[in-house]
Amino acid sequence: MDRRVYMLPNPPTPNIPLQFDAAVCNGCNVCVQICRTDVLMPNPEKQKPPIVLYPDECWYCGCCVEDCPRPGAIRLVHPLNQSVVVSWKRKKTGESFRLGMKDPPPPNTRPPAR
Amino acid sequence: MTSWWNLIEEGHSSPEWPYPIRYGEESRISADVLVLGGGIAGCHAAISAARHGASVVIVEKGHVRRSGQGGAGVDHWQAACTNPCSTVSPEEYTNAIVDGFAGYDCGPMRYAQCRESWDAALDCERMGVQIRDVHGEFEGADFRDPGSQLMFCYDYESRHSLRVYGDNMKPCLHKETVRLGIKTYNRVMATSLLTEDGKNGGRVVGATGVNVRTGEFYAFRAKATVLAMAHPRREWVFSTELNGGSATFADLNIVGDGHAMAWNAGAELVAMERSYDTAGGFAYIQYGVGYPDNTWYGCSMVDATGKPVPWFDGNGQELATVRDRFLPPEGRKFMLMGGGLVGSSVTPQTQGNHIDDSLSERIRKGEVILPLYADLPSLPEHERRAIFGLMVGNEGKTRVPVYETYTSAGFDPDRDMLQAPIMPPDAYRSPHYPAGVPVPQWREIFGGGLMVDWDLRSSLEGLYGAGRSVYGGGDHSGAATSGRYAGRRAADYARNASEPPVDPDQLEAEKARVYTPLQKRPESMGWKELNAGICRIMQDYCGQYRSEEALQLGLRLLAEVRESELARGYAANPHELGRVLECHTILTVGEIVMHASLARRASSEHLDFRRLDYPAVDPPEWHKLLPLRRDREEVKTREVPLDYHLQPPYASTYEENYLAHGGGSLDTGGV
Repeated sequence: MDRRVYMLPNPPTPNIPLQFDAAVCNGCNVCVQICRTDVLMPNPEKQKPPIVLYPDECWYCGCCVEDCPRPGAIRLVHPLNQSVVVSWKRKKTGESFRLGMKDPPPPNTRPPAR
Repeated sequence: MTSWWNLIEEGHSSPEWPYPIRYGEESRISADVLVLGGGIAGCHAAISAARHGASVVIVEKGHVRRSGQGGAGVDHWQAACTNPCSTVSPEEYTNAIVDGFAGYDCGPMRYAQCRESWDAALDCERMGVQIRDVHGEFEGADFRDPGSQLMFCYDYESRHSLRVYGDNMKPCLHKETVRLGIKTYNRVMATSLLTEDGKNGGRVVGATGVNVRTGEFYAFRAKATVLAMAHPRREWVFSTELNGGSATFADLNIVGDGHAMAWNAGAELVAMERSYDTAGGFAYIQYGVGYPDNTWYGCSMVDATGKPVPWFDGNGQELATVRDRFLPPEGRKFMLMGGGLVGSSVTPQTQGNHIDDSLSERIRKGEVILPLYADLPSLPEHERRAIFGLMVGNEGKTRVPVYETYTSAGFDPDRDMLQAPIMPPDAYRSPHYPAGVPVPQWREIFGGGLMVDWDLRSSLEGLYGAGRSVYGGGDHSGAATSGRYAGRRAADYARNASEPPVDPDQLEAEKARVYTPLQKRPESMGWKELNAGICRIMQDYCGQYRSEEALQLGLRLLAEVRESELARGYAANPHELGRVLECHTILTVGEIVMHASLARRASSEHLDFRRLDYPAVDPPEWHKLLPLRRDREEVKTREVPLDYHLQPPYASTYEENYLAHGGGSLDTGGV
């Protein structure tokens, strides 16, 4: 396997609060502009997704996702320490589900009340 | 692949800082009213001051569009006592809350909330926030008034508090500040207050700040200043290592900079000895586990075998139906909140309807089998949709983190029961399960802040307070209303105030302090280690149990750390500079808390305050406020009755004082 290996500090935790889809994100940096704790930095390459510089400072408020003009460009991912205990049980069948499970049920597409 | 380490693995070097570096450069800005903090309280203060004719500047560490604890949304709009459906008067509501806190609550701020919460809601509606069920989704629901389309929470009979679609609250407030020509300095951390002639205890004439992206220094000169920078956090426990800020109620920016600045300027702070135990960032996703309280108030809970957990009313009577949970207990005119007033002593008026409070014992005995589940499917359709679609859809940190995340993973409230966390039996004594398992020495300040008068003015001329900068604190509508009130009082003062003289020596001294962390020294220390170190002092020397000896030792340790480790605090860029300066704040707040704890020589159940050397709990002679201030190197304390706001020189009723201090001249104009 031809792969370069670098000396790097351990990744900060939580690792990846925000996942960008480079195919959807156009690097407009609205999220960079509004993030309360400056978790995100503009990418040196124009039109590329921002760099998550301070994942350890993310408040997980989701405002970047909400204010993003291109739905689907950013996904909020809770720290595993939090998400791993988010579970639910289907009342009728007794089936159990959890956030992050391997084969999740189909999404519930009903929007919030408006 | 957008994290910095991915870039390096892809063969790039670490990118250069993306913003221009302007260390040492200085901007000077003047305004009639300077608002420090652009959250809910700060935005309302700025808007109200501008509508009263003042030129206004906001200084905000993040970005006003989404910053502050209310920046991600709001679901409950409380104390709207003057809405057309309410049967509760502002006096009744104020008294219930103040009594609930055994008198330790800010009367003027609370009464202003009860008088103006509804007006503030209407104001937000004019700015574009939806506060009614205009689409009729909840038509026919018990909690909806068909005429006004308003929807109520907690108590469907007395109807004093609203359910709102507050998800876009901050974007709307931000737009209004722009429309009014309010100048905002985003990404600027306020670092100190400027006083006339640089004198401790003198009139406040502005503030300094530093840009956390560029490092530029700012000197703001203003006739009046409103402190709206929330409350101290990261004081007893700090770790980002597992969860970032995921489980904390306040974001990382919120450390109490305002408290430290006010203290350094010589303003009086009060109730700083009060605190409560928390899970310190190791709690659960806020509002994101099954529980029966707050945003999820009224939700049915079942145990692992499907057995329902009973509900009781505030008198201890078991409730038969879901609807009963939303009605005041028999013999009471109204119920404040469900569950109980957070942090309050239980009084008849604050003990609302609640889930079985013997749950811990029943779990221990094996009568209730964990885990519990929030049985949403069993609720009437309107209640289920209100909890998960309306409240979880709009509360801060819920629309994306809970609603969108859970539903896209397949969660369906019509069919699914969300699990409650599995915790030790005692943790179920409080129905707020997302708060997790509290650790006694992992504390947070509760309600300590600026001592204010009926103008919400601090003890210093020119300095006003709003939101959680002020003693007593409060919720979203409390932040909004105190902001409005403080903003217009500040504008009124500024109208006749003289030009604010700024002392050049004070500016230079602050500039030198602010840039100290840029110098690299042997044994430099980063902000996280500093923060965690100060927290250890607080846990050990000023934890759940306090004493003269430990507090004096703690003060000595803090002073030593200030001279040694903190003086070697190092910042590699403007962002880290802000974080190191926050450690200065955290250390200063620690000193205030220790001094306040020394001053109270009695234990108090009401304040969750324990002195090993003064074990008597709430002796009547200590039922008072102990405001304290720094007078150069000395700390001065005085004693004030709890109801100081209803004693001379003030009138004896809330209404008279309110009307005599600009109440009634409401700012609804111009939207």
